[in-house]
Amino acid sequence: MATIPEAPVAVSFRGVERHYGQVHAVDGVDLDIAPGEFFAMLGPSGSGKTTCLRLIAGFEQPTAGRIRIFGEEVEGVPAYRRPVNTVFQDYALFPHMNVLDNVCYGLRIRGMARGEREKLGRDALGLVKLSRMEARKPGQLSGGQRQRVALARALVLRPKVLLLDEPLGALDLKLREEMQGELKSLHKTIGLTFVFVTHDQGEALSMADRVAVFNNGRIVQVGAPEDIYERPRVRFVADFVGGSNIVEPDLVRAWTGKAGVASLRPEKIAVVPNDAESRAGAIEVDGTVAQILYQGPVKRIELATAGSVLVAAIPATAGPPLSEGDRVRAVFAASALHIMEGQ
Amino acid sequence: MTAAVFDIDAPRDGLLRRVSDVLLARRGFYLLLLLLPPLLWLGVVYLGSLFALLAESLFSIDDFSGVIIRQPTLATFAQLLQPANFDVIVRTIAIATTVTILAVIVAFPIAYYAARYARGRMKAAFYLLVMMPLWSSYLVKIYAWKLLLAKEGAIGWTMNEAGAGSLLDAVLALPVIGGPSLSTSYIGMVLVFLYLWIPFMVLPVQAALERVPVSLIEASGDLGAAPGQTFRTVILPLALPGVVAGAIFTFSLTLGDYIVPEIVGPSSLILGQVVYIQQGTAGNIPLAAAFAVVPIVIMGFLLTVAKRIGAFDAL
Repeated sequence: MATIPEAPVAVSFRGVERHYGQVHAVDGVDLDIAPGEFFAMLGPSGSGKTTCLRLIAGFEQPTAGRIRIFGEEVEGVPAYRRPVNTVFQDYALFPHMNVLDNVCYGLRIRGMARGEREKLGRDALGLVKLSRMEARKPGQLSGGQRQRVALARALVLRPKVLLLDEPLGALDLKLREEMQGELKSLHKTIGLTFVFVTHDQGEALSMADRVAVFNNGRIVQVGAPEDIYERPRVRFVADFVGGSNIVEPDLVRAWTGKAGVASLRPEKIAVVPNDAESRAGAIEVDGTVAQILYQGPVKRIELATAGSVLVAAIPATAGPPLSEGDRVRAVFAASALHIMEGQ
Repeated sequence: MTAAVFDIDAPRDGLLRRVSDVLLARRGFYLLLLLLPPLLWLGVVYLGSLFALLAESLFSIDDFSGVIIRQPTLATFAQLLQPANFDVIVRTIAIATTVTILAVIVAFPIAYYAARYARGRMKAAFYLLVMMPLWSSYLVKIYAWKLLLAKEGAIGWTMNEAGAGSLLDAVLALPVIGGPSLSTSYIGMVLVFLYLWIPFMVLPVQAALERVPVSLIEASGDLGAAPGQTFRTVILPLALPGVVAGAIFTFSLTLGDYIVPEIVGPSSLILGQVVYIQQGTAGNIPLAAAFAVVPIVIMGFLLTVAKRIGAFDAL
């Protein structure tokens, strides 16, 4: 994280802190977001990710540190002078204006003539596939439609950076998946820098080019979704992103001879009968099935083994039917164990 | 492993529970039961007496005998247009309008502070300070103001001591609103009305402002609006229903009041006083009733206009 890229940076944080009395909501964040990047800030609630977004937007000022947006220092610059726009978690549509007036609001503030701004507003509504709704009030729209209006309202101003605060949080699962795809393709079409905040690791992994994982006001890891998922740097990331088996050092040493804590993703573990033949190069652990959770495509199987509890995720239709109490064997490649930093 | 068996008796079937069963099964009956007392009150006591009064305005009075002629006529209403009576109406509307506009100007910052910034103790102090004047007698407050505003009263004395006596004299020398002293001028009357009705403006405006989510204000700033623009385009339109509600209070309370102008202000009458005199000493109930219709018509008109200009759109 210490390396400063040569290319122009869309958003950069250097030693940024934000304190509320004794609470350090953001506690020393360094960050570089590249232009045109789809960047996710992922973390549990209270991890400082939303505060970071609000610091970029200008709703909060840092207690310490520097923030630059496309090279320009933004200290003391109020939200209304920043070249960024936000899609709010609750959408924050103006209830006394219709959809088109909401979308054109920023253009109206900039003094654009009605005809011109309404043309741009209609284009933006077309972009989010909401063309026939322009005369409605926000109160007459569904959650998904409101979300699109909020998106159009921010995009119509052609911000240098688009900020999205839990943009899909209030939508139901089906709509959320649909919007994930749309946001991703929208990003590709318009090529803006997107920064979005989410507590949903699936959302972050599926949409973002890069993900920053937050915990306790700090970034614990930044990387491409594959990096974050396959090579978690610390225990928190392994556990928070996707859920993982954390293998303690003594077991790691026993299995591989290496030192350190390891992460072992559940889907990398196969479950076979305990009388199956040993496979060369694989690590094998005997255990008892403690619990089976059916999750549609996969079954999560909790295995009580001598050293620990292992969770395996196996295709729901694979293998012989298992039931609780069965004696089985967990099999995985030594390479599936990813050694992490720290304890 | 055996499942634990819980053996807890169901709640006993008392009379109240059985009544609840009946009420829940018959929603209409339940609603009727709830609404019957207020409907009786509104329908009979409240609206009934109002309509009885309004009916009186369609009668007229025999000028010689003073007897009420119980035949429907618009003659009494026509009397309202006589210069002396029409002056009263115009004067009253002017005073009520002034009081209302000043109340908005004074109350809005207070309400804004309370809604946006006051928390915890400050909020409690706000409610206390706004409501406290309502705890004491209306008459006591008016007389207190009369003393403050009198020629040798606290306000005049302080201004003289502070060397601003000539300023006060200059203000009192203004045509129409001036007078021999504050307590006998329209300035004094408007001040007292303003004092009396300010809680009725502060509270609805505060309630309306409180309902404006912070995220809307942030969104407006995010979209490029400076604080002043945000105030004009987002906060004010959303607070407007509260302002209109407050204005209904201050305006109609001023239209109907007859005690304040009796104690403070010049000797010219305003509407409430005329109603009081006509139905009392003058014994002209039809004319009193006709005057009483005036505020109702004005308020109906104002509400229609407010709705037309979209004051309630944010409701």
